[in-house]
Order: sequence, then C-alpha cells, then structure tokens
Amino acid sequence: MLVYLLRRIAQSIFVALAMMVIVFFGIYMVGNPVDILISPDATPAEIEATMERFGFDQPIWMQFLTFLGNALQGDLGRSFVHGEPAVQLILHYMPATLELAALGLFFSVLIGVPLGVYAGYKSDRWQGRAIMTGSIFGFSLPNFWVGMLLILIFAVELRWLPSTGRGDTVEVLGVRLSIFAEGGLQYMILPALTLALYKASLVTRLARAGTQEALVQDYVKFARAKGVSETRILFVHVLKNIMIPIVTVLGLELGSMIAFAVVTETVFAWPGMGKLLIDSILTLDRPVIVAYLMMTVLIFITINLIVDVIYTLLDPRVRISGAAS
Amino acid sequence: MTVLSVENLQTHFFTDAGVVKAVDGVSFSLEEGEVLGLVGESGSGKTVTGFSILRLVDPPGRVTGGRILFRGQDLAKLPDREMRRLRGNRIAMIFQDPMMTLNPVLRIDTQMIEAVQAHEKVSKAAARDRAVQALARVGIPSPAERLNAYPHQFSGGMRQRVAIAIALLNGPDLIIADEPTTALDVTIQSQILAEVQGLARETGTSLIWITHDLAVVAGLADRIAVMYAGRIVESGPASAILTAPAHPYTAGLLGSIPGHGRRGDRLTQIPGMAPNMAHLPPGCAFAPRCPRVSDACRATAPEVTETGAGRALRCLHPLTEAVA
Repeated sequence: MLVYLLRRIAQSIFVALAMMVIVFFGIYMVGNPVDILISPDATPAEIEATMERFGFDQPIWMQFLTFLGNALQGDLGRSFVHGEPAVQLILHYMPATLELAALGLFFSVLIGVPLGVYAGYKSDRWQGRAIMTGSIFGFSLPNFWVGMLLILIFAVELRWLPSTGRGDTVEVLGVRLSIFAEGGLQYMILPALTLALYKASLVTRLARAGTQEALVQDYVKFARAKGVSETRILFVHVLKNIMIPIVTVLGLELGSMIAFAVVTETVFAWPGMGKLLIDSILTLDRPVIVAYLMMTVLIFITINLIVDVIYTLLDPRVRISGAAS
Repeated sequence: MTVLSVENLQTHFFTDAGVVKAVDGVSFSLEEGEVLGLVGESGSGKTVTGFSILRLVDPPGRVTGGRILFRGQDLAKLPDREMRRLRGNRIAMIFQDPMMTLNPVLRIDTQMIEAVQAHEKVSKAAARDRAVQALARVGIPSPAERLNAYPHQFSGGMRQRVAIAIALLNGPDLIIADEPTTALDVTIQSQILAEVQGLARETGTSLIWITHDLAVVAGLADRIAVMYAGRIVESGPASAILTAPAHPYTAGLLGSIPGHGRRGDRLTQIPGMAPNMAHLPPGCAFAPRCPRVSDACRATAPEVTETGAGRALRCLHPLTEAVA
C-alpha cells in the first residue's frame, strides 16, 4: 500500500508539472496582461516600467523558469490585479466552493441512490420507467436555467429560501463556513440542489444499471432463499456491491463540481472560487489562473486517492490482494 | 408424515422463441426424513423444479399450474410475506456454485446472522452463537474466527460448507440441494455428501438432492425420480431403480456410469442430445434417442402408470415388458 501511495504521488507531481507548463504558455499566448492592467492612454515609458515590474520584458522561457523556481518554493506569484499572493486569494474563496460542492454531492447521493436502486428493482414497471425518463431532464436541463427556476419557485413565489449570497458563516477550525451556521445553511440549499441535479441523474442511472446487474446474481437468489426481506436485499446485498462504480464516478464528479461550479456560483452570487476564476481570466491574471488550476489538479489527485482508499473499504477482495498492482 | 407433495407442477418460461415448458406436469411427494434424488441431464428442469417449490423462479419463468403442498399448505396461494417466512426457515436451499452464492462484499457473520434474524427475534449475539455452532457442525475449523472472514477467503469446498451451514441454521423441515457437489473436487464431494447425509439423518430433515449424477444419489437417496425434458419419466425406491430400471432413459444413464465390475467394457452412451425445450416432439420427448421406440411413442406422450412397489413410469415400452 505504501509503495502504491508513493507511486501515485510521483505520478501526481508529474501531472502537476505538465499542467503548469500548459497553463503558463497557454495564458501567455492569449494576450498581454499589461494591456488590461494599465490605462489605454499610458505613455510608452509607463508601459515599459510596468512590463519591467512584472518581468514581462524577459523572454518567455526565462519568465517560466522564474515562475517555476518560485513555485517550487510554494510561491505561485502575486495576483496582478489584487496584489495578494494567488494561493492566499484562492484559499480565501475555496471554503465557500468546497462546502457547496460537498452539500451538492450529499444531495446527489441522497436523491440518486434510492431512486436508482428502486428503478433497477422495478425496471420493467412504470415506476422504473418514470424515474429513468425523469433522469433525462436532470441530464439535459442547463445548470443556469435550473438555478433560475429554483429561484423563481422557492425564493420568489414561495419565499421559502433566500436566493443570493452566502448568509451567515461560523468559523470552524479557522475556516469560515456557512454549512454549520444557523443562518447559513438555508442559503446553500438552492445552489447545492442546482449542482446536485445533474449528478443525481448520473447516480440514478449508475445505481439502476448496477442494481439490474446485481439482482440476477446467485447471491441475491440465495439471500431470498434464506428468507431475507427484499428491502434488506436491496439496501444491503445489492447496494454494497453497486457502490464501487458509484464511488468511482462520484469522486471524479466531485472534482469537476468543485472546479467548474462557475455557472451556479454566478447565478446565486455565491462568493466561491469559480467566480474568482472567471474574473481572473477576464483580466488575464496569470498567477491566479495558474494557481487555480494547480489547486484543481491537487483536488482531483486527492479525491482519486480517497476513492482508492474507499474501494478497499467497500470491496474486501481489494484489501487482501493489495492495490499495488 | 408427508412433508412435501408436488402435484402436476408446471413451470413455463415465456421467451421470444416461444413457451419453454421447463417443468411440465411433475408430481412427487416426500416423507419426513426421506431423501429424494432428483436426477436428470442439464436442462431437464430439475433445478427449475427446486426453484418453483421456493417460488424463486425469475421472469420470464412462471409457475403456471399444479399444486405444491408443504405440510398440507398450498405454497402457490401463500401471500409473499408468508412465503418469505418459510424460505430459509422451514424450507432451505443449497445452490450449485458455491463461488457465486455468498455475497462477495459481506462478511460470513453478516450473511449468517441475517438468516437467523430474518425469522426470529433474537439478539445479534445469540444469532452469532447459532452461526458458530452451525459452522462447527459442517466441519469448519475454528468457526468463531472464520465467521469474521469474507467469502473469498474460503476455498470452494469451504464455501459450500458455509452455504450448508446457512441452510441448517433454522433447523428446516426440508432442504433442497441443487447439485451442491458438482462444482467441487471429487474428494471434497464425497466428504460433503457424507456430512449432509449424516446431518439430515440426525435432524430428521427431508432432502431433495438434485443431481445429474446417478452415482451420487445411489448411496444417498431413499427414492429416485428421473427427469427428462421437464417430466419425471421414472420414479421409485432407489434400490429398485438402480438395480432394475424400467425406463430406457434410466437404463441409459446407469449404463454410462463407470463401475468396478465393468473394467474393460465399453461404457454405453445415450445417442443424440437433450431435446430443444422450445420445440419438443409431439409424442414421448425421449423417442428420438430411444432404442425401443415405436410409432406409438412418436404419436402420443405416455401417461404416468403405477407399476407397483411404489414405482411409477412414463413409457409405452418399459424394459420390464419383455420379461412380463
């Protein structure tokens, strides 16, 4: 297991490096940040001075080596726009996105797994078909539209839930979170549901396919022959077997949920990382973009590792043979 | 006392290729403590018969006719809840492939305790104790520790012992064993055979032993029923069937078993193949392969005739004909 972990970490470092190169040169090709940073009627001397201050007068490979040298020491540069260190800026916005994604993931499992298992159990009945048809909506409705619809129903018409902002936060282990705040959780429900809808449909379909496959297995028939109730068969015997593919997919989806919550965050004016990214791209704020993507890579790598660990909990066979192969 | 009485059981599968009459008019009965050997080739309907009794036939299959009386109670009319209470409690089943019957991701204790708790309000600890005893009874060493293991940590023979232990947990009146030794090594086969026989005798449990191997049931069964193409073609006391088979098919099966007194002899084989169940011939299903076939056989299917001494037969030209 240790060898496996070390190898995974080495792979991850390589991925992070490759990412750095792609992003750095990619942004360089998009445009010159100086054009945006200083006013259009600046004198050539002023432009020159700014270029020199940020190091833009150096050749690109020189700029990259400087950046890489700093990055290896944990310094991904200062934001051109905010003047703050990029990492700090992201860390400031990250908790809001993380808690939103976590709640979204929770909702998608809470909705998707029971629906999917039930749809698989009743796959040739109208209940199963209805759930499957419903899941198509989850797939095809655009995120921003769902968000606005939810606002319209629950915030404007019914006035049950707030529609924008983050509400109260409490400090938990030095991080400001809404999810544990009395006046904060209600602000999260609508954006989290918006995020969850697509994933819930995905989970529903995965759970249904898995359930259909598991139900014809001998161990299900044997459990029935033992007199075990259908509920227990579905939610113990079947569920534990189908969780493996679901956890895999959800792990990857959680990464994308964190990294690309942009649209939802915009609709609900949620002060998360997504909004920061959009602003940074618009201003060609290279250090922030690079740092953001590095962070994303880190998140994906971490989640994949966690998923592998969960596997061993779910499937005893993985535990024994060792995941090293 | 009669434990189980199956009368004219019909289980049909409604497939795209047509209706497959997997079980077509099967009748037999089983006394307390009796061992019935249900013998037939693959696809003869013996496994489906077993599943029909437990009402575990999966769609597109369905029990379409007949009665299954368990202690006088018609199982077909029982509500689902009542049926669930019988399964694993009064009627238990052991499956063919021990590698597939245990849930790979649940520990043995989970799978055994739930079998107890499905039928009785007992504490987890008490159920666990029962599980330990059952494992010990089927010859699993250090059962208390092995209870914490997962199925993949057991060999095939050990897994089948676990399955047998699960079947024994609630002290059932009837165990349906569906080729439980087929997937195992020969040495393990005979061990398990002996153990199950001993356990059934000890507890007075009736046993339906489903197999394709007449040699297996020879030493085990009190009565034998031979199935062919969804029907019982011959049934009777084991010794009588084995020494004086009346149906040409039974004789064919017996002729294909290697034995001590037959060294050097060629084994006989039954010509042809088991029929396509979706397109059975109109007359006797065995007619195309039968050495004693006549035109009458091809025209009409023979009815069951009682031939005395507890024997029954579906044949127009039994082997006893020439003698009589």
